[in-house]
Parts: sequence; C-alpha cells; structure tokens
Amino acid sequence: MIGGTENRATPPMPRPAGEQGEKIIHRPIGLLAELTHRCPLGCPYCSNPLVLDPRQAELDTQTWARVFAEAAALGVLQVHLSGGEPGARRDLVEITEAAHRCGLYTNLITSAVGIATSTLLRLAEIGLDHVQISIQDSEPASADHIAGYRGAFARKRALALEVVRLKILLTVNVVVHRSNIDRIGEMVALARDLGASRVEIAHVQYYGWALRNRAALMPSAEQVARALKAVDELRRRYQGELVIDAVAPDYYARFPKPCVGGWGQRSLNVTPAGKVLPCHAAESIPGLEFWSVREHSLADIWTSSPAFNAFRGTDWMQEPCRTCARRDIDFGGCRCQAFALTGDARAADPVCHLSPSHEQVIALAAMQHGAPYLYRTSAGAAA
Amino acid sequence: MSNVPSAIADEARPRLPRGVRLVHNEAQGGWVLLAPERVFKADAIAAEIVKRCTGEATFADIVDDLVRTYSAPRERILADVTALLRGLADKKLLEL
Repeated sequence: MIGGTENRATPPMPRPAGEQGEKIIHRPIGLLAELTHRCPLGCPYCSNPLVLDPRQAELDTQTWARVFAEAAALGVLQVHLSGGEPGARRDLVEITEAAHRCGLYTNLITSAVGIATSTLLRLAEIGLDHVQISIQDSEPASADHIAGYRGAFARKRALALEVVRLKILLTVNVVVHRSNIDRIGEMVALARDLGASRVEIAHVQYYGWALRNRAALMPSAEQVARALKAVDELRRRYQGELVIDAVAPDYYARFPKPCVGGWGQRSLNVTPAGKVLPCHAAESIPGLEFWSVREHSLADIWTSSPAFNAFRGTDWMQEPCRTCARRDIDFGGCRCQAFALTGDARAADPVCHLSPSHEQVIALAAMQHGAPYLYRTSAGAAA
Repeated sequence: MSNVPSAIADEARPRLPRGVRLVHNEAQGGWVLLAPERVFKADAIAAEIVKRCTGEATFADIVDDLVRTYSAPRERILADVTALLRGLADKKLLEL
C-alpha cells in the first residue's frame, strides 16, 4: 500500500504540444538548495566543483523564498538545504522558514560546524523537519584529521545530541574511504548512541575536488568486500532500530547507479549563485547550457532549459545503453562520470561492466597511494 | 524475518514522529508520506490508515473505525493495518 522510495513515476507535466518531442517530463520531487559554497571544513572527498561560487554571487533571502514557492507549485515535496555549510548563511533561519511556509519538507544537511545551538533552536521552532549531520570517523582524532578542522568531531556530537533532544529526526551521514572504511561498525554504533534514526553510508563519489584525492581515498577490493558484508550484518543487528542506507562504491560496481533517479526526472539542484542543474556535478560537463533562477522561473527551467533536456529520456543514448535491458533502471549511469572517465558524456557510465571503458575503472581503482590529502580550503569561496 | 508481522497491542497509540508527514499533493497526484530523504506514495487506503495514527486513538480504535468505514471483516482489516503499521515502524516512520 505504501511502497518505493523516490523512484515512483509521477504524473507527467502538462507541456506545450510538440515542443519536447516524445520525452515524458515528470514532476520533480526534490530540490537541493546549495545555499553557499563556503565551508569551514576541508574534506578531501568534497564533490563540489573546483571553482566555487563566491559569497557576493550568492542568491539573497528573497530570491530563495521565490524559488521555494515556484518549487512547491511545480510539485517539489522536499527541500534539502545544503552547501558548503548552510550554517555559513546568516539568514539560514529565514530561508528555512520560507521553505516551510510553502509546505515543503525541510531537510538541513550540515557539517554541524557553524550551526550555533541557538540557531538550531530557532530552526526547530519554525518547523525544520529533519537534520543530516556528517561524521568523518568514529575516532575523534582521525575524524578531525579527515575534516581538516580541529574540534569538528566534538561539535558534531554536541549538535547531534541537541537535534535528538529537540525530537527532530536525525540522519548521520558517513562518507567511507580507505582510512575509515574498516570502522563502519563503530561509526554505525556511534550514530545509534547519538540517537540517530537513520544512517547513510556513502562511498566517496569521485567528482570535483574528490577526483584530486582519488588515489589517497580509494579503498582496496578487500576493504570494499568486508564493508559490504559489515553493512549486511549491521542491518540485521539494528533491524527496527536504525535504518541503514548504503551507497555502493562506484569503482567496484558491476552496474552503474541510477544517478539522480534519471536526468531531469526527479530532482533539481540550485547552486549558490542561482544556476539550476540536473545534478550536483553537472557543470563538469562542457557545453551544457544552464539557466538561472535570476532569469527564468523554475517551471520554465525544468521543462525547457537545454541542460535539463540534454539527457532526458533515452534518445541520447549510444550502445551498449541504447538497447540494454537495464536502460530504464539505471539510465546509463552517471553522465558526469561518463564524461570524467571517457571524455564523452553520452557514453555508458564506465562503472558498468558492459562499457568498453570498464577496464579503465578497474585500473583506476587499483591506483592507491598513501600520499597526504590535498585539503580543500574555502579561499575560493571567500568573500 | 517472517512474512507475518508480529501483533500490535490493542492499547498502542500509533503516531507519526516529528519529521514524518502525510500530505496531499495535487501536482504529485495524491497522498504522499514525507520522511527523511524519502517520499512514499500512499494509496487511498494507506492514507486512511495513516491519517488515524494521531497518537490519540488506540490501535483497537483505529481498526474498529476502519471496520465501520469500510464494512469489512475485522480480521482482514486487522491483518492489513498490522502489516502496514509494522512495516512503517520498521522503517522508523511510525511510533507504536
């Protein structure tokens, strides 16, 4: 009676006859609002782009409020307030309130560093629905080392406890890679002790800054196998107590992920400066034309912007995707990854074992070294 | 894990936790249950059940009410409601 996550078909959008060919355009369900690229942490696996939007280019409070109203009218149900660190915005409470007033489910995705407890209290009062806090490791020293910020772990713990005390549902997100992947059990136990109801275990997605640290982050095949087994066991152990969602490690997969539930099918992403992207990393694909909320309505962008229509449906596909039985399951995988690894955004995601470039992914996964991380500094995003 | 969900006490007062909301959305074509980073489509029957999970009504009240509303055999309603609510509780979408 109730089923599926964010992958059910929604009623098609009404659209002008003859304009979009045979493409069926569904309504988006989620909007990722990247409120700022500024962030106090320097995580080596950051998937934000190499060039960050500066503070003075960020959308103002009123524009975000308009975007949320347009999103709600378009059918969007959930807004994910993210960044960078959304707490770097002084108007975070006003922005959240604007989303809440439109009836949108508000999800705060935060590092916890830079969110004052008083801010959290105000967010709770105005109806924030959910908080996701990232944790870098179960061991404080390692966690702070990975985040590139001394004291980050302690702050995360403190804010997580406060979230739970306020009876707001908490998700703990852990990004796993070579130096912490052997402690998945400890990290999940920590999340349970903090009172989280959900844990997200995400292997690093190699986009943006993370690509620079790929060899330093890449786990071994043995580590990945142990991690998959550990997650299965943890799910059984915490059945009914904790929901554990795991994102598969791309470079060790046989099939690609159904990236963003299909290009231009389920979600949209608004950058700090107002560009609307079909996915977080879409700007890494050259030649795509993105429209901005400064010049267009969200509905117009969703149905008509060239970037959203570039890989909608299946017409753009080449072999082996075009005739693949899984083409409506994983949509050929991730366009950004296809471009990053093959130079052709229309190619099959080479994570797929059917891709002619799959050998390259295996070779890249085998390239592991212990060099120090290249930390991201927020210099690029400073005002 | 068996297919038969364990029974729910008659006096339980099921409720949606903060952060889980049932809403009707025209654009998405009906009832949806909004939860952390998830959206579940709810059919009309599921929506009728979840709507009654207010934390006020007991589980027995909810089943009786549905029996009256749908003029259906109590044991069938009981089985359906138990399955739905157990499933939601396992996903941390409902407090029992």
